[in-house]
Amino acid sequence: MQNEVQFAGFGGQGIMLMGQILAQAAMQAGFEVVWIPSYGPEMRGGTAYCTVVTGDRPIGSPIIRNPRHLVAMNRPSLEKFAPSVKAGGVIFINSSIISIDAGRDDVDVLKVPIIELARDLGNVKVANIIALAAFVARSKIVDFALLEAAVKDKFSEKEKLIPLNMKALEEGRKAALKS
Amino acid sequence: MGKTFQKPEALSDAITHYCPGCTHGVAHRLVAEVIDELGIRGRTVGIGPVGCAVMMYNYFTFDFQEAAHGRAPAMATGAKRVRPDLIVFTYQGDGDLASIGLSEIVHAANRGEKFTTIFINNAVYGMTGGQMAPTTMPDQRTTTSPFGRKVADVGMPIKMAEMLTSLETPGYIARQALIKPKYINRAKKAIKKAFTYQIENRCFGLVELISTCPTNWGMTPVDALKWAEEKMLHYYKLGEFKNPDED
Amino acid sequence: MGKVLMKGNEAIGEAAIRAGCLNYFAYPITPQSEVAEYLARRMPEVGGVFLQGESEVAVSYMIFGAAACGERIFTTSSSPGISLMSEGISYISGAQCPAVFVNIMRGGPGLGGILPSQADYLQSTKGGGHGDYKLLVMAPASVQEAVEMVMRAFPLAEKYRNPVMILGDGLIGQMMEPVEFPDHLKVEPSNKNEWATNGMDTRKSKTRNLVKTMYLNPEELNAHNLKLKAKYEQMAREEILYENYNLDGKYKVLIVSYGTMSRVCRTAIDNLKANGLEVGMVRPQHVFPFPHQAINQAASKKSCQAVLSVEMCMGQMVEDVERSVLGKRPVHWYGKCGGEVPTPEEVMEEVERLLS
Repeated sequence: MQNEVQFAGFGGQGIMLMGQILAQAAMQAGFEVVWIPSYGPEMRGGTAYCTVVTGDRPIGSPIIRNPRHLVAMNRPSLEKFAPSVKAGGVIFINSSIISIDAGRDDVDVLKVPIIELARDLGNVKVANIIALAAFVARSKIVDFALLEAAVKDKFSEKEKLIPLNMKALEEGRKAALKS
Repeated sequence: MGKTFQKPEALSDAITHYCPGCTHGVAHRLVAEVIDELGIRGRTVGIGPVGCAVMMYNYFTFDFQEAAHGRAPAMATGAKRVRPDLIVFTYQGDGDLASIGLSEIVHAANRGEKFTTIFINNAVYGMTGGQMAPTTMPDQRTTTSPFGRKVADVGMPIKMAEMLTSLETPGYIARQALIKPKYINRAKKAIKKAFTYQIENRCFGLVELISTCPTNWGMTPVDALKWAEEKMLHYYKLGEFKNPDED
Repeated sequence: MGKVLMKGNEAIGEAAIRAGCLNYFAYPITPQSEVAEYLARRMPEVGGVFLQGESEVAVSYMIFGAAACGERIFTTSSSPGISLMSEGISYISGAQCPAVFVNIMRGGPGLGGILPSQADYLQSTKGGGHGDYKLLVMAPASVQEAVEMVMRAFPLAEKYRNPVMILGDGLIGQMMEPVEFPDHLKVEPSNKNEWATNGMDTRKSKTRNLVKTMYLNPEELNAHNLKLKAKYEQMAREEILYENYNLDGKYKVLIVSYGTMSRVCRTAIDNLKANGLEVGMVRPQHVFPFPHQAINQAASKKSCQAVLSVEMCMGQMVEDVERSVLGKRPVHWYGKCGGEVPTPEEVMEEVERLLS
């Protein structure tokens, strides 16, 4: 079984980090995993995206035309990538800044106002962690405990930030269950 | 009575291929004497140029690398960075150092690489047959400036010692000449100083040596010495431009 | 140390350190600058040497100067940078010094683009710079394989006293995969005192060593080139490396592909198999020396109707594939360039088109 997740948004929204944390969690879960960034001029300001591929056997093509899931952090990303998501997948929508729908009735659409939720936690920077948690809780692509461990691992050199990020994870998980 | 004159240990027995009146032999001997006097032959690596001195390794008795045209300072950087205990020097002509290898010498000097460069300035390309060099004097005739170097067309000769002196990084920069015994004695002192600074791990050092090329200048050796003194020394001023003790 | 998730470029830097190479000179260029960024921090931690040179030309000679002293040394660059380094690589090959060059390929010609490409195949496998020389060229298809190849590259460079090139595409450098690092290499280069300019005192010798490339006497230069040629022939005998995929059944098409492209082909082969069409693949892991014989054998199978070289370029390896197949089967090329990586679906379509 192979799963592919595309994370997409503006440069600066922490797109690459979301993918890396998921990839780390998937590795700990014993999956084969590949993380691929978009690299180049679009790194600054434009659309940034990365893809995480997980599988139970060696991953062939790291180039994915139709991902199973999409985490869309801004409107251009949703418009660009929503049509390519496989039927039955999850499309996560950052509803704080995306006012349109996915335009698909064959996928599980999850809308979370992550910026407001992050602001309530006192730091808008954790919006991406809330999004990641909500997506993982809904898609069940990896065990939630492994996601927590991966976040701790990622912030191991900035330990002060771990409690805030744990709260963000919890906030995202709750949002996924609610909606 | 002891010996009053002998060949330095750092020089081999080979007979050089240089033209009569060429000053490469003088420069080689000065370098060899300095290496002997400092007792560093066993840990010295020379890096030769492309030019008339391309086969200079035949005349020395220590480790040698043969560089590509202009790239000796990059090779010296590589050698010295990975083996800081070695004594590394490059020996380069004006086409090699001031034309094709300008970038390499400027950046090596600016990084303050701890090696020594002996720069032979004879105002012409030697090995390739007397073409114009960046150091060719105004109106000097060469095979590629048959009507004389036209400054309006190709600019003024480059003063390498002064250019490298302008870098803020500490270093040792001097220009001497190989055209009269009094200059030659000063040249040796400068070379010894540059090597000493390297041994002390102080700084990059470059000694520019005003030299002659009777063959490509179309002169007798004696006339060539005279021409160098009259035409070159007023433009290429001799002296020590920079040393790390200043500041 | 267990598995760690690491970007290819960073893993390549770490692998070199574990291979005992504590010297690195480089010049920044996308998409491999992370190697330099990683080693700028890492080399000081391990007491190694890191230097950013003023140009790729200068870097190639810093590599030459260091390699000539018998020290392990490597650099990384990408296509336009490798073109500039090709001058130095020619000298290093001629002077018979060991060194490792990593090319994380991007699209060309000229500035081209910064996305993955395999358009430097001919440059790296046929020489690249001037003169008769060859590099041993390794082509990893995963971050793990890149690590293992980098660690094997140093002893092989020393065995042959010849540069080794790791030929990766942009994806190998940019993607993250779990990596397990092999133990540190403990092998020291054994014969360097015979040739390296490491100072006579260092090797307690009274005779000097000379590292050079010039032989003005035609007989000497011919003899020198014959010596180099003998090394490349030895590589062809001892360093062929490839992987077979799905060659047991009655495959109708044989794919030859390497690097990231071969992974796309693997997925295409799996999908075709599920549709009832058998396709086999030979993946060269070393692209010089090239596995001519293995490809010839695989192409000769009765069921095989055609051979397809799949590359992220306009058809370069296909020339070597043709030389392998020797006319026994029709040889075709399929590929894209400029960062357009063919998808499994496109490879499948091409295979089906070939058979229709």
